[in-house]
Amino acid sequence: MFIINCPYCGERDQTEFSCGGEAHIERPKQPTELSDDQWAEYLFMRKNIKGIQFERWNHIHGCRKWFNVVRDTSNDKIHAVYKMGERPPLK
Amino acid sequence: MNNNLRINKNNFIDQTVRISFKFNGKKLFGYKGDTLASALLANNIHLVGRSFKYHRPRGIMTCGSEEPNAIVQVGNDPALTDPNVRATEIELYEGLEAFSQNCWPSVNFDIGGINNFLSPLLPAGFYYKTFMWPASFWEKYEFFIRHSAGLGKSPTKPDQDLYDHQYVHCDVLVIGGGISGILSAKLSAEKGLNTILIDDKSYLGGSTIYQDNDIFKINNETSNAWLKNQIEKLKKIPNLTIKNRTSVAAFHGYNYLLARENLTDHLGANERKGKIRQRLLKIRAKKVVIATGAIERPLIFSNNDRPGIILSSSIKKYIDYYGVKTGENISLFTNNDSAYETAISLNKSGVKVKVIIDIRENPSSILSEKIEKTGIKILRGHTITNTDGYKRIKSIDVMKLSKDGENVVGNKTTYKCDCLGISGGWTPMVHLFTQSGGKLKFRNNDNVFIPDENKTPSEQISVGSSNGDFELDDVINNTVKKIKIFLRLDKNDYENLDIKCSKEKQKRNIWLLPSNKPTSKSKPFLDFQNDSTAKDVKLALREGFKSIEHVKRYTTTGMGTDQGKLSNMHALGIIADTTGTNMGELGTTTFRPPYTPLTFGAIVGRNVGEFFDHTRRTAIHDWHVENKAEFENVGQWKRPWYFPKNGETMYQAVQRESKAARESAGILDASTLGKIDIQGEDASEFLNRVYTNAWSKLAIGKCRYGLMLNEDGMVYDDGVTTRLGENHYIMTTTTGGAANVLSKLEDYLQTEWPELNVYLTTVTDQYSTMSICGPNSKKIIKKIIPSLDLSDESFPHMSFKNSKIDNVNCRIMRISFTGEHSYEINVQSNYAKDVWEKCIAAGKEFNITPYGTETMHLLRAEKGFIITGQDTDGTLTPSDLQMDWIIGKKKYDFIGKRSLYRSDTIREDRKQLVGLLTDDPNEVLEEGAQLVESLEKPIDMLGHVTSSYFSPNLNKSIALAVVRSGKKLKGKKLIVPMENKNINVTITDTVFYDKENKRLNA
Ligand SMILES: [Zn+2]
Repeated sequence: MFIINCPYCGERDQTEFSCGGEAHIERPKQPTELSDDQWAEYLFMRKNIKGIQFERWNHIHGCRKWFNVVRDTSNDKIHAVYKMGERPPLK
Repeated sequence: MNNNLRINKNNFIDQTVRISFKFNGKKLFGYKGDTLASALLANNIHLVGRSFKYHRPRGIMTCGSEEPNAIVQVGNDPALTDPNVRATEIELYEGLEAFSQNCWPSVNFDIGGINNFLSPLLPAGFYYKTFMWPASFWEKYEFFIRHSAGLGKSPTKPDQDLYDHQYVHCDVLVIGGGISGILSAKLSAEKGLNTILIDDKSYLGGSTIYQDNDIFKINNETSNAWLKNQIEKLKKIPNLTIKNRTSVAAFHGYNYLLARENLTDHLGANERKGKIRQRLLKIRAKKVVIATGAIERPLIFSNNDRPGIILSSSIKKYIDYYGVKTGENISLFTNNDSAYETAISLNKSGVKVKVIIDIRENPSSILSEKIEKTGIKILRGHTITNTDGYKRIKSIDVMKLSKDGENVVGNKTTYKCDCLGISGGWTPMVHLFTQSGGKLKFRNNDNVFIPDENKTPSEQISVGSSNGDFELDDVINNTVKKIKIFLRLDKNDYENLDIKCSKEKQKRNIWLLPSNKPTSKSKPFLDFQNDSTAKDVKLALREGFKSIEHVKRYTTTGMGTDQGKLSNMHALGIIADTTGTNMGELGTTTFRPPYTPLTFGAIVGRNVGEFFDHTRRTAIHDWHVENKAEFENVGQWKRPWYFPKNGETMYQAVQRESKAARESAGILDASTLGKIDIQGEDASEFLNRVYTNAWSKLAIGKCRYGLMLNEDGMVYDDGVTTRLGENHYIMTTTTGGAANVLSKLEDYLQTEWPELNVYLTTVTDQYSTMSICGPNSKKIIKKIIPSLDLSDESFPHMSFKNSKIDNVNCRIMRISFTGEHSYEINVQSNYAKDVWEKCIAAGKEFNITPYGTETMHLLRAEKGFIITGQDTDGTLTPSDLQMDWIIGKKKYDFIGKRSLYRSDTIREDRKQLVGLLTDDPNEVLEEGAQLVESLEKPIDMLGHVTSSYFSPNLNKSIALAVVRSGKKLKGKKLIVPMENKNINVTITDTVFYDKENKRLNA
């Protein structure tokens, strides 16, 4: 069970959060101009990496803010947290 | 009591307090401080159970949590009986009643024992190979397997005990109260760190505390006396918490641990009353010290499982700690020095040790020299090839080992004995370390897996024998050295202790000891609980299993309640030897929590009965109860289901309510619908993006029905949203969808559209909603609020007005989920019951009829309105629901729009919502029933029924269904095949009642 450092509230137990999957997948600005394949790429394709992964998390039982987490999925170590819209830290 | 087996002088058992208990119905006595196992042994009872597969007699083999055989059922109260309890762990209390498990009809006469003679027919994978086919026979096999396997009986009545959960935070958590744990806890607490020391026993000090042996000395005191002093000092440190009888079950990431604290399991029934039985500790520790010790290994030789064969260190504990002789004529069999310590203890207590068989050629040490002086015979380079005795060991056969250890040579000698101590070396308890994500490394010289310091996942260290230090001086010196670095300590008292101990000189290990008997006739047991032998492991390898995880499951080695604590290492060793692999490369099987079993009680704690989940009740709930509503659970909500009158059945009540709502007036508590207050200058734009239809042009004071999709184009939720002001809306969601819809909307606002100025607030609990419908609804509202203009011009369908009922602000919406002329009153929840009662009073002359969810469902089905989650299941688009009218075709984008013309969503043969009428109007379909065109096999399933009712207003059965290409099939005949009949149906329109919507303005 992780401890996650919410950028708005500080360190909290994982039970207060929910994970929203891979981060930095931007919703296309003009979906109607995409082919089926391009839309499917946005809609369905996710990386599921073993190692350093960029994820979205929501402090759902706290401030309800969404933010990003850099987590090593092989050992659950969290290397960084940063707010939505902020640049991801370089690998 | 057989007092001959109890020696008198010891410091741990209070022989002045006699305790009576029962085992398999027989009344016996023990003393305060005994475990059930030590008390049984003192009564000369070794045979305690039968093995799993062959039903061989099995005896107490250990003195701890690794015990594979002495598994008992405690108590026979149908609510409180406890299965699968290890006799070695349960402390004796007055009135304790225990029963052998896994033997039927009795431990002394056991029908399953016949399996022992059939054993050539029961090889590895036996259960898989035999009972898997034909599948239809499983029911027949099951009775026998379950009956003869029978590991304990579950209680049949609800547990009456209390359990607790507690969150615990500390700087340092020390797991294990042996000598290394004591030193770690003391150094940590003295440094001022908030420290918790956990041990699963009732006392502290591990195996050192009863090590009364001159060879082991610290600063000129015997090691036990020295440690006792340290413990006394330790207990006085204020910032230290000691938790005895507490077992760490799981070590998760980020130093989060679960431990079970036993509070009353050692007490008699009278002392337990009103107390919490067990507490689950949820611990967050900044740092963790693992000092969980090591478990002695057995040796693997033919018939090594007879009652009376006990781990050598356990024999030592029984004599030194409990003062119990495990036999009168004991032999010892070892590959290391531990057995010599046992021999010294036995000798000192006057127990005859006939012979020590040591597989090593030249094991000279201080310990062995001391034994030689006593005259006890030592057979070096020898092995036991077989044992004899059925319900108790009677003799052992001993032969000389060949130089390479692969064979035996010379003649066999038979020695009589009534107890055999075995020691195959030590296995560090690395379970918790690996559970936390730590990686192990293999130490070749004594074949142990130990924690790899460089592959430690969190702030933790392993010390003492759990770290692979087995000699007293190494244990102390390495623990102190590691703790000093780990806790950043200055100099301390333990750095220059004068430690004297024996050092082991020679090591020799043979995983599977040779025998003079042919392999087919030998039975070297590996897993005593699951009855798997070394032969089974070899057979699995021959049959092509290579991965240790597969061998484990195929042979069931290490899959019992003891989780293979004793002999997983031997299984690995035999696999490595047979396949010519290095054990380090082979690795271990995965150690999974819990380390020792947890009770369900401890896991659920107080979350039972009404505390299992939150219960949400509407503000009008008490009225529903007073008026005899039957309730339905909708998520956490309690919703009135129907209001039976004068002994009506549910069907009768719903028919009456449904008719009344259409003929005069009905009232529904709709407070559970989700309500989201939406404000901000971009609120209209936001709604445009989240709903499929257009919102910008909705006038203030108007309401609109909206459909919300997922990005995949599938219908997600629906509800009516009202424009309260220029930048102010109130959205309603389904009852079940409320929380998820809010989360989804927040997600889009925060992550995709942060440029929108919109604020969302959930007001589900703050506002209550009551819906009054039917031709007389207008008259009722008029009575309650005479000043309100209810004319269709001023207050048309799909509009809203602010108003007051007795000075209480309320919002009145003219919206309808029944197709009738209806009003929805929204008031602050604390006024809701009063307003509801006012409506009931005003409606009395119109026979206003309160109705519940069932009538609501029926009425909307008559109108063909969907219920998301009932008629939809996350695979239907608006078009599939024949709701193309709600798609804002001119809108540039909304959530899910692009998915509505993917190649898959434009298929014409998708399942689509249709209406169904049964040929026999009195035949009501079952929801979930399948629809087919023909009964010719193979039958093609076309769809299923999603909603079905008998409509009292149409006087016939109606249903909604999803059917492949349903839109094109209007008028088509289909069949609903049921268990004992086939029902003929016709596909129709989805709207059954008032197709022209005349009643909305009636
Ligand atoms: Zn937060």
